[in-house]
Amino acid sequence: MNIVIKQGRLMDASQQLDQVKDLYISAGKIVAIGEAPANFKAEQTLDASGKWVLPGLVDLCARLREPGSEYKATLLSELRAAMAGGVTSLACPPDTDPVLDEPGLVEMLKHRAKSQALAHVYPLGAVTRQLQGQLLTEMYALTAAGCVGFSQADTAIVDTQVLWRAFEYAASFGYTLFMRAEDPYLAKNGVAHDGEVASRLGLKGIPSAAESIALQTMLRIAQATGVNLHIARVSTAESVELIRQAKQSGMQVTADVSIQHLHLTDMDIGFFDSMVHLTPPVRTQRDRDALRAGLLDGTLDAICSDHTPVDDDAKALPFAESHPGASALELLLPLTLKWAAQAKLSPAQALAKITQAPANILGVHAGNLQVGATADVVIYDPEMEWRVDGRVLASQGKNTPFVNHSVTGKVTATITQGKLVFQQENFAIV
Amino acid sequence: MHNPQLNAQGQLQHLLSIEGLPKRILTDILDTAENFVGVAEREVKKVPLLRGKTVCNIFFENSTRTRTTFEIAAKRLSADVLNLNVSTSSQSKGETILDTVNNLIAMHADMFVVRHQQSGAAHFIAQHVPPHISVINAGDGRHAHPTQGLLDVFTIRKYKPEMHNLRVAIVGDVLHSRVARSEIHALTTLGVPEIRVIAPRTLLPTDVEKLGVQVFHNMEEGLKDVDVVMMLRLQNERMSGALLPSSQEFFQTFGLTPERLALARPDAIVMHPGPMNRGVEIDSAVADGKQSVILPQVTYGIAVRMAVMAILGGGNAA
Repeated sequence: MNIVIKQGRLMDASQQLDQVKDLYISAGKIVAIGEAPANFKAEQTLDASGKWVLPGLVDLCARLREPGSEYKATLLSELRAAMAGGVTSLACPPDTDPVLDEPGLVEMLKHRAKSQALAHVYPLGAVTRQLQGQLLTEMYALTAAGCVGFSQADTAIVDTQVLWRAFEYAASFGYTLFMRAEDPYLAKNGVAHDGEVASRLGLKGIPSAAESIALQTMLRIAQATGVNLHIARVSTAESVELIRQAKQSGMQVTADVSIQHLHLTDMDIGFFDSMVHLTPPVRTQRDRDALRAGLLDGTLDAICSDHTPVDDDAKALPFAESHPGASALELLLPLTLKWAAQAKLSPAQALAKITQAPANILGVHAGNLQVGATADVVIYDPEMEWRVDGRVLASQGKNTPFVNHSVTGKVTATITQGKLVFQQENFAIV
Repeated sequence: MHNPQLNAQGQLQHLLSIEGLPKRILTDILDTAENFVGVAEREVKKVPLLRGKTVCNIFFENSTRTRTTFEIAAKRLSADVLNLNVSTSSQSKGETILDTVNNLIAMHADMFVVRHQQSGAAHFIAQHVPPHISVINAGDGRHAHPTQGLLDVFTIRKYKPEMHNLRVAIVGDVLHSRVARSEIHALTTLGVPEIRVIAPRTLLPTDVEKLGVQVFHNMEEGLKDVDVVMMLRLQNERMSGALLPSSQEFFQTFGLTPERLALARPDAIVMHPGPMNRGVEIDSAVADGKQSVILPQVTYGIAVRMAVMAILGGGNAA
């Protein structure tokens, strides 16, 4: 299939590209920018005038809920949501049921995802069997089956000796560990940031120290073992500072923040809004400011969606009993650009946080518009105003703290591997 | 943010928490309660304000005492009362809180009195009832117990009418206490200038001083010259463990004894929301002493609950 995207504003931080040009796609690859290659005959012409043409997004954390939680979401529903959000590559954490701790499960997931021919799915295998924090998984075999790294999802490895050995083992093969830092004892039964808001509402808090204590332990073990460590979903100012210091001391560590944490604080819980029940909890304005500053100065490398579809019944409960998480694949792009506008950062630089940077962390070829790259391309209407509500979202999870918020900017069309797989109804194709 | 307790006209629609309620509403409830205090002393202890209305006590967490006081209050207003102990019925069969509530809505109840072990449960139910139904929070997790807070300030006002000139100490397990939170909000809203909390660090919520209180970890210092001592109940399961070493040590350090009470103002009153643990948080000599107003609290509690129900039910004259 030959596709030409005409007159869009092409943005790609990897090649300092920000210009209105035509983009040519053939046989699943980007073949030219600007001038058509010789003998190029377009079968589809997409008019992107007034719109932006961006690399498909790369998301470091999206839960597809398969296998095991199909009542919350299915692979197909969430891959469609990814397409509607312009996310063409995504890493999924291993906290499925069964846990992604065996090569057969990973192969099946890869196969099922591939047969949909939508987003590229990059599984993160479990670091320990059943995520129980005791026995290591077969990381080598899991990598052969398609894992791009390893994670404990939201569970901790309590035994520091196991943690140390997991880091050592992964380091032996050069695997990347995607770890969320949280001390499970200090976080026990907690549902909100331990501060004034939780105290007023009578919600059990999770102190910031739960994150920093676990983070310090991990950084120290990473330093000793030399493992490739990625800190997932940083939530506190203290953590940002610890990561900043680690980077300054020359450690190879990367980190991300979720789009929810970039915009929300514990004040948004309001009168017990279960949509703002998230893991980790959203914290104070001071923390949010520090996360934003950390992204700007490069302490935090990437923004992820932390997409976690939850069924309506599981949110229709008193706050602490409701299931944590937010559906976010379709909001990652507009909310990242909203942050960029507020931070006075150019769109191209902000986009690097959801394209190039996460692709580098995952070690995959994605997130750019270079000639020769796989044609994962998003056409984006930066002006379109829309209201977030359950009927608009393609995800089966309608759970988002941004419900009823007005958002500017929406994906018009998504091309993955050279095929147009998503478009807005009114988008004309010639 | 819209206060879910008030309707578009700024009137009380639900009573979920003291926090966020304007002073005029608190004063209105307390003044209305004054009128109801006399009802219990009449030969016919009833007024017809809620005749034909159905009040439903939904208790997801067991409490004989609180449920009884709500029941008496509703009956004295001539309402029909339905008691539902959900902790022993549907929820153990897997019914969700919304299913339970929707069933009661279908039975045409007019007012829900709700107790639940989760903070925010009353707000949650209030969000899911049609506008003609009022919800009264009878205690949600650690969050709020607004009628208790109101009856406590009602009692204080009875004995110490100069609210703007008082020093009040709240002693004990503030961390787990919805009563303490409601008391603090009621006292600050009514203009009490000095509120102290006295407890070890393990029993205080993070940033508690941001609720407008002064923190003391020493009972003797904290009680000095106070006008009101409000004791909190210490739950059995918290008496020994990582929060406290033992009930004996708690009594040694934070128990209210006659010697300690002597440090307060000579005319100080002693309060407790009940049920008391004698010898754990309070000495019997104090609980039964002349400064104790613990039993009047119970009496006033009925008048205050009648006032809340009457105001929510649409009439506010006895």
